[in-house]
Amino acid sequence: MQPYPESVPLPSADKRWKLVEATMRRHGYKASALIEVLHTVQESFGYLDDTSLRFVASSLRIPISKVFGVATYYHFFSMKPPGEHTCVVCLGTGCYVKGSGELMKMIEREAHICAGETTPDGKLSLVAARCIGSCSLAPAVVIDGEVIPRAQANAVQEQLRRWIGHDSR
Amino acid sequence: MTLDELQEIAESEREAQKKITHRINVSVAAGCLSLHSDVVFNILHEEVKKRGMEESCKVKAVGCMGLCAAGPLVRSEPQHTYYRGLPPDSPEVLSAIVDSINGRPVPEFALSPEIPFFAAQKRIVLENCGEIDPERIEDYIGVGGYQSLLTCIAKRSREDVVQEIIKSGLRGRGGGGYPTGLKWSMVAKAAGEQKYVICNADEGDPGAFMDRSVLESDPHRVLEGMAIAAYAVAATKGYIYCRAEYPLAVKRLKVAIRQAEKLGLLGKRIGESDFSFEVEVRIGAGAFVCGEETALIASVEGERGVPRPRPPFPAYSGLNHCPTLLNNVETFANIVPIVRNGAEWFASIGTDKSKGTKVFALVGDVVNTGLIEVPMGMKLRDLVYSLGGGIPDNKKFKAVQTGGPSGGCIPEQFLDMGVDYESLMSAGSIMGSGGMIVMDETACMVDVAKFFMDFTRDESCGKCIPCRVGTTQLHGMLERISEGKGRMEDLDTLERLGNMVKRTALCGLGQTAPNPVSSTVRYFRDEYVQHITNKTCAQGKCPCSKAPSTAAGK
Ligand SMILES: Cc1cc2nc3c(=O)[nH]c(=O)nc-3n(C[C@H](O)[C@H](O)[C@H](O)COP(=O)(O)O)c2cc1C
Ligand code: FES
Repeated sequence: MQPYPESVPLPSADKRWKLVEATMRRHGYKASALIEVLHTVQESFGYLDDTSLRFVASSLRIPISKVFGVATYYHFFSMKPPGEHTCVVCLGTGCYVKGSGELMKMIEREAHICAGETTPDGKLSLVAARCIGSCSLAPAVVIDGEVIPRAQANAVQEQLRRWIGHDSR
Repeated sequence: MTLDELQEIAESEREAQKKITHRINVSVAAGCLSLHSDVVFNILHEEVKKRGMEESCKVKAVGCMGLCAAGPLVRSEPQHTYYRGLPPDSPEVLSAIVDSINGRPVPEFALSPEIPFFAAQKRIVLENCGEIDPERIEDYIGVGGYQSLLTCIAKRSREDVVQEIIKSGLRGRGGGGYPTGLKWSMVAKAAGEQKYVICNADEGDPGAFMDRSVLESDPHRVLEGMAIAAYAVAATKGYIYCRAEYPLAVKRLKVAIRQAEKLGLLGKRIGESDFSFEVEVRIGAGAFVCGEETALIASVEGERGVPRPRPPFPAYSGLNHCPTLLNNVETFANIVPIVRNGAEWFASIGTDKSKGTKVFALVGDVVNTGLIEVPMGMKLRDLVYSLGGGIPDNKKFKAVQTGGPSGGCIPEQFLDMGVDYESLMSAGSIMGSGGMIVMDETACMVDVAKFFMDFTRDESCGKCIPCRVGTTQLHGMLERISEGKGRMEDLDTLERLGNMVKRTALCGLGQTAPNPVSSTVRYFRDEYVQHITNKTCAQGKCPCSKAPSTAAGK
């Protein structure tokens, strides 16, 4: 049994740290729980930052270098705060043959950002996915967690324009 | 819970269901949900309530029925009719469906179960999908669920169970096609106090969603298969490694585990025996290579998911250096029917070397996109034209891509080939996990090859040089060809470099990454030559054809 590391105080009074702590406790503060814990951090805070990585590292007694290595290895973890809205475009094979590549280019032009970026005003994050399992309803786009099956360029465009003040440049 | 007690629950569940004379099953798997089948469900439920028919007519939330193209899908029994494309915003239509349950189905939306898409399938893995409520364990027990597990524990020796799987001829459905029984016997014989069972639900191949549908529609089936495996190899702890992109599958798995533990069908002292098996879900974090078994194990350990050389194989040294049995979702989903019906029954289905059925995800340029399960050996032509309903808009078939980024593109001349592990291999592709992406004449094969090399280049973990550098170089060459800057020598270089990467890469990712390139160079050489000599892409997909035309348009 690993000793309960009481020495690591929560980084702040923010209640979300309790959730992170609960996940660590459930896994007995084992180092193997690292990815599970990072999932909880990202779910609670939206992304991983220095403070959270350091907190997790010292709580699980893992070198910070390793925590950083794991966090940056996996695509799913983000080290930047997400925008207010998120638009995920699937670029998996099923969607690609149904034109999701063009759809992505259209959105990139519309929002003046590339996949993986967030607009400067923090309104929209654009994300490329590798198949979300909705291939039979391709092309698939996920807007704020809701899957849009057989996404049409103009419908997506309309939605985005509502968010990103079209001629802001 | 003992076997007798389980049978009592099953019996009372069946009695309860007998009282229901009419059933309206609504698919609430991810595909139909994204078309708002939850709204359809609620309205149908209200309509039944309004008529005071709740006693005799049940509106039931069920898993995937397969024909995603026509969602939201509903099936009405005993009318024996599917309803397709039901409008969630039209209570009138839904009300008419409830009104007609004793008469003629509403014709505008009715779909006969006799169409080839349904009739030509043989559902073993998917037998409960679209039939039972995935979030009710009683439903699963009612169709005989967990009886195979408790029977094995109570009446069969571990060796006997392993022998049954060996005799069945079942091969791994995760891509490699390794004989499942052999793997089980290796783990069973491996020395070690602690052993693990891991279910690979990473399903990384883009264009494939078989595992997703099984997990969302019938999670207990996978859990029972894992528990039988654990009993057979004497493991006490299990993990399901599920990708983060499948939140609904994760949720239903967690619900299912909790339910099974509560009834003593998982966890400590299963069936009041000495056998214990605890299962946990681990969520992936979006790295394709984590589908590879050694990388997956590293990821479960909380490490970067990087593969390591084998041997030692996970069967001898896997999770925490303990003997570990790792199988795919569909492989585990095949276990219960084999145990229940016997190895001979299973071995009588399929072809000489590929037994049983295979679930395929039919996607791309095909009318009936969705999920199908057919006996091994069915002709590609039947899959695409009969079940799949052919190519939309009267376009011509060009190729079908199988095996994801590790597979290849199969051209028209192979349409009459029966699909199994060996035949796909001989056609320059692989079975892979079961994604089948149909492409019509508008697809450009250079573009497709480039697409896959972009994928593997991006997903290469970087540990070994052949894969890290090789995929980048192959991609660069394809990019040049697509820009009209290729040279004829490039075709040989692609081939030579591809072979080198195949021979020298550390793990399956690199060893198979050149396949999409070599198969397209082999079957669609003309297209490459056209890009190189004419500097155009006949399909208008590549930059070489686009630059002038868009410039002219503006
Ligand atoms: C790059 C790569 C990705 C893989 N992805 C998956 C996957 O997503 N799902 C899967 O079941 N097997 C995948 N595999 C195969 C696994 O390594 C392993 O062979 C398989 O899960 C074993 O289960 P089976 O014998 O039941 O097929 C992948 C292999 C490689 C090399
Ligand atoms: S390829 Fe886009 S959802 Fe599968």
